[in-house]
Amino acid sequence: MAEDYLVVDDIFKTYPPAEKGKEKLETLNGVSLAVKKGEFVSVIGPSGCGKSTLFNIISGLERPDKGSVLLDGKDITGEKGHISYMLQKDLLLPWRTVLDNCILGPELHGVSKKEAYRLAMPLLQEFNLSDFASSYPAQLSGGMRQRVAFLRTVLAKKELLLLDEPFGALDAYTKSEMQDWLSGIWSKYRETVLFITHDVEEAIFLSDRVYVFSKRPAVVKAEITVSIPRPRSRGEITSNDFVKLKKEMLSALLGA
Amino acid sequence: MKKYLPSIMFFVLLLIIWEWVVKYFEIKEYILPSPSAVGSSLINKKVLLWDHGLQTIYEAFLGFLLAIGAGLVLSVAMGLSPGVKRTIYPLMVVSQTIPIVAIAPLFIIWFGYVMMPKVVTVVLICFFPITLSLVEGLSTVDEDMVRLLTAMGASPWQVFRKVKFPGAMPSFFAGLKISATYSVMGAIIGEWLGASKGLGIYMTRSMKSFLTDQLFAAIAVVSILSLLFFAVVEITGRLVMPWYYQK
Ligand SMILES: Nc1ncnc2c1ncn2[C@@H]1O[C@H](COP(=O)(O)OP(=O)(O)OP(=O)(O)O)[C@@H](O)[C@H]1O
Ligand SMILES: [Mg+2]
Repeated sequence: MAEDYLVVDDIFKTYPPAEKGKEKLETLNGVSLAVKKGEFVSVIGPSGCGKSTLFNIISGLERPDKGSVLLDGKDITGEKGHISYMLQKDLLLPWRTVLDNCILGPELHGVSKKEAYRLAMPLLQEFNLSDFASSYPAQLSGGMRQRVAFLRTVLAKKELLLLDEPFGALDAYTKSEMQDWLSGIWSKYRETVLFITHDVEEAIFLSDRVYVFSKRPAVVKAEITVSIPRPRSRGEITSNDFVKLKKEMLSALLGA
Repeated sequence: MKKYLPSIMFFVLLLIIWEWVVKYFEIKEYILPSPSAVGSSLINKKVLLWDHGLQTIYEAFLGFLLAIGAGLVLSVAMGLSPGVKRTIYPLMVVSQTIPIVAIAPLFIIWFGYVMMPKVVTVVLICFFPITLSLVEGLSTVDEDMVRLLTAMGASPWQVFRKVKFPGAMPSFFAGLKISATYSVMGAIIGEWLGASKGLGIYMTRSMKSFLTDQLFAAIAVVSILSLLFFAVVEITGRLVMPWYYQK
C-alpha cells in the first residue's frame, strides 16, 4: 500500500462569535483524513458544516486551533503555496484573457510569460479551450469558466489539488458533462485530488474514497471506499453497486 | 454616433428656439446674442480663440497629468498601507471643503502672474476625484481573489499588482473622466484671477467690453475642449481595459 501523501491530523477550528453575546462557532471538531498519491478523494457533508474551512486550513489560508497538516511527511500547517486550491467560485480575473488567467501560477513564481504560454498551450488544447485563448472570462459559459479555473489550478504545478465544489453552480446537464470530462482528465493524469461536493452521485462517480462529514461542528462520520472499476460510465449510476454505495452514503449523511 | 442623434437633434431644436426668441423680442446683443451671432463671432475670432485656447489646453493638460501623478502615488500608498489611509484619507476629504476660488488668488501672490498658479488650480480641482476613485476601486477588491492568490503563494505586492490595481481601473477611469472635464474649468478659474493669455482672461475681457457674443464663443470653445479631454480619457480607457468594454 502506498504511503499517505496528505495527512490531516485531528483538526479543530472555532470561529469567534459573529456578534457580542452570541455563541462562538465550533466548525471543525477533530477532523482527520488522509489522501494517497494519485488518489481521488471526496469530502461530502451538509452545507455549512466546515468543508471549505478545512480546505482553507490545508491551503494555509487559515490556521487550525489544534491539529496539523502534513504533506509528504512535512508539517505545512499554516503555510501557503504548497498546494493548488480551486475555490468555490471560479475567481477568474476579468481583465485577463483565458490564456493569461491560466498562467497565473507559473507567473507568480517567476516563470517568464513565454515559457508559461508554452506550458499552457497543450493543456488549452486538451481542455477544448484553444479557440477561446484570447477571450475574456465574461464571454465564456459557466462550464468553460470552470474548465479555465481548473486548468489554472493544474498549471500551478503542485502535487495536490484541492477542488471546492467546482461544479456546484452549474446546471444539471453541464454538471454531468463536466463530471465526465474531469473523470477523463483525471484518469489520464492521475493527479492527487481532494474534492468537496454535496452531491452524493458526483462523489461516487468521481472518487476512489469518500469521507462523509457530520453537521457542524464537523467530524468524519464515515469513510467509504468506492471500488467500482474505472473507466466509469454514466449508465452505471443505476447499477447495483452504485445504488448500494449511494444508500450507504445517504444514511451516513442523513444520520448526521 | 447614432445613439447621440436624439440629443443632437434636441440641441439643434433649442438653438432654433433661442435664435427665434432673440429675433422676435429684439433682444440686444450684449444681453443675449443669438446663436448665429455667436457662430459668426467664433469664425471671425478663430485665430484669437485658437491662440488663447492653446494656452488653456496647455495649462489644463499639464495640471491634469500632474493630478494623475499625485493621485496615483497617494492612492497606491493608501492602498498598500492601511495606516497611511487612516491618516491621509480624512484629511483629503476635509481639504475638499476649502473653496478653491477663495484661495486661488494666493497662488498668484506666491507664484506670480505666470503659468504656475493656473496649473496648481487645475491640480487641486482634478486631484480629488482621481484619488478618491482609485482609493475606492482599490478597496472594493474581491477578497476571494486575494485569497486565491495568497493561497498560490503570492506576495502582498503581487496581490496588489495582479488583482487590486487592475481591478480598480474601471473606478479609476470613472474618476479620470470627471477630472478631465473639470481640468479645463480649473484652468479658466485660474486665468480669471489674472493672466495675460488664455480663454479665461479672454472671457473676462469680452465681458468687460460687453462683447457678449465673444464671451459665448469662448464658452463654446471651452465646452468643446472639455469634451475633447473627456474623449481622450474614454479612448485611453478602451485601450487600457478592453475586457471592461467587451461585456
Ligand atoms: N472567516 C470566518 N469567520 C467566521 N465564521 C466563518 C468563517 N468562515 C466560515 N465560517 C463559518 O463556519 C461555518 C462553516 O463554513 P464553511 O464555509 O466551511 O462551510 P461549507 O461546509 O463549505 O458550506 P457550503 O457547503 O455551503 O460551502 C459556517 O457556519 C460559516 O458561517
Ligand atoms: Mg464551502
